[in-house]
Amino acid sequence: MMSRSGPLLLIAVLIAGILSILTPVESLTELQRTDPGLAWMLIEELRLPRTMLAVGYGAVLGLTGAALQATFANPLASPDITGSSSGAALGAVAGAYWLGITGPLALAVCGAIGAGVALAALFAVAGRRSETATLLLAGVAIALAAGAGTSLLLALAPSPFAFYDSFEWLMGSFVDRSLPQAAAALIPAAIACILLGRRATALDMMALGDDVAASVGYRPRRLAVEVVALSAIAVGACVSVCGAIAFVGLIAPFSARALTRGHPGKALVPAAAVGALLLVLADLLVRLAPAGRTIPVGVVTTAIGTPLFIWIVAHMRRSLAS
Amino acid sequence: MTPSLEARGLAISGRLQPTDLKLASGMTAVIGPNGAGKTSLLRALAGIELETGDVLIAGEDITHAPPSRRMRLLSFLPATRALVWPISTRDVIALGLPSPDVARVDQLLEQLELGALADRPVDHLSTGERSRVLLARALAARPRLLLLDEPLSNLDPYWVLRTLQILNSEARQCGCAVLASLHDLNQIGAFERVLLMDGGKVIADGNPAEVLDSPELARAFRIEKDGRSWKISEET
Repeated sequence: MMSRSGPLLLIAVLIAGILSILTPVESLTELQRTDPGLAWMLIEELRLPRTMLAVGYGAVLGLTGAALQATFANPLASPDITGSSSGAALGAVAGAYWLGITGPLALAVCGAIGAGVALAALFAVAGRRSETATLLLAGVAIALAAGAGTSLLLALAPSPFAFYDSFEWLMGSFVDRSLPQAAAALIPAAIACILLGRRATALDMMALGDDVAASVGYRPRRLAVEVVALSAIAVGACVSVCGAIAFVGLIAPFSARALTRGHPGKALVPAAAVGALLLVLADLLVRLAPAGRTIPVGVVTTAIGTPLFIWIVAHMRRSLAS
Repeated sequence: MTPSLEARGLAISGRLQPTDLKLASGMTAVIGPNGAGKTSLLRALAGIELETGDVLIAGEDITHAPPSRRMRLLSFLPATRALVWPISTRDVIALGLPSPDVARVDQLLEQLELGALADRPVDHLSTGERSRVLLARALAARPRLLLLDEPLSNLDPYWVLRTLQILNSEARQCGCAVLASLHDLNQIGAFERVLLMDGGKVIADGNPAEVLDSPELARAFRIEKDGRSWKISEET
């Protein structure tokens, strides 16, 4: 099944990516006529990093969401619901406004540390094989604490404009990011995602439970720590450049598992493709906003994701009841 | 001939006292009261939670064997039948194979009468049906050692007898050793050898009749023979 839908999914991501670079096309054709050099600069400095970040961050959310869901044996575990995105935002804000860090790579490290601390806290509070309610409550508590911590750091920040500056960043946006920023987010994230992808077979075996996986020779506890650390690096690096984006990390793995007949490990790569597609499409939607106004892409993913999240919860409830 | 299993000095602090065990091919049951250490012994033998000791399966140390090799050496069926993901019956069985083998999956589907459930997601099956699917997964690679934690629980009388029949024929055909924990003393007659555990150690080891009649069994379970059935021991 996946063999047929895989190439289609990749073609869809490619088409959406090209659309993202060309949209809106009027300004490009206009510049192409008057100043072709400027048209190329518009693509290279604004649209290319924006598209790369949308594709890359979407892929990171899909893949880390799938890996975290497989690890926590829970279809609701995802970067946002586990509190790791909020933790990454807190780490990046602390680095940017309190430690005076400006280098994108150093900020990516701060984001990764924040995400790592949030996931470690989730481990400590909920455990790894917890009930859905425990996982959700612990995740919500961590996300709220990290959100409050972020607000406090911004309110007391030496810069009086910290709140204003950070609004667009923390709500999730790809506007006006540079190529070096895109590289700082996507290079560490890509390395972490490749290493996560190599754990797909082990994660599929974990679907039969920790004991079966361990009897075959995998080490579930070490695997869980590795997945959490690699997810923290990937999500943290992306959040430090684009801010937190909700629901993609929840929905993409859910859809991907439909393509892999329920296998949580095999769903990693398709989840990355679905995540990339979702986020590029959400960013294209953002561009429909009236001229001069910017809607953070995080608002679009939340608007689409909330009803789907409610549907997943209702679906789980029906499954439990049957 | 190399025994199917040879374990030396297996121990888990607080749960399993230092234990040596040799198993030839055939059916062995492990019985004991709740908390006796049956699951700990099976998990230690499967290399899941081995603090000290060595496990050799068919003369091979499992510690550093890669997953594909370990699948051919041993298989572990845990007592829990919980499965979270909507993977089909056919795919769950295939997860027990080191390399794809559609014919073997089809054979197990037929043997365990799971054909009608082959494409159903396992999270939608009953506990008894899931037990059969997970048993098929455990049998898939025809390993030299089958470690089964309560393989007969959740099964109806037909499937209890049928499972014992299947395990017996696997043990004979493949020359593998089956070690299964049980609660129902009426089933141990189907086994050639019985290990009785209490307090984290093996306290009796023999054929079913010997162990059933042993004073250790009466003491460990706090029951005594009452004609053809059992009653609570008057000493308790």
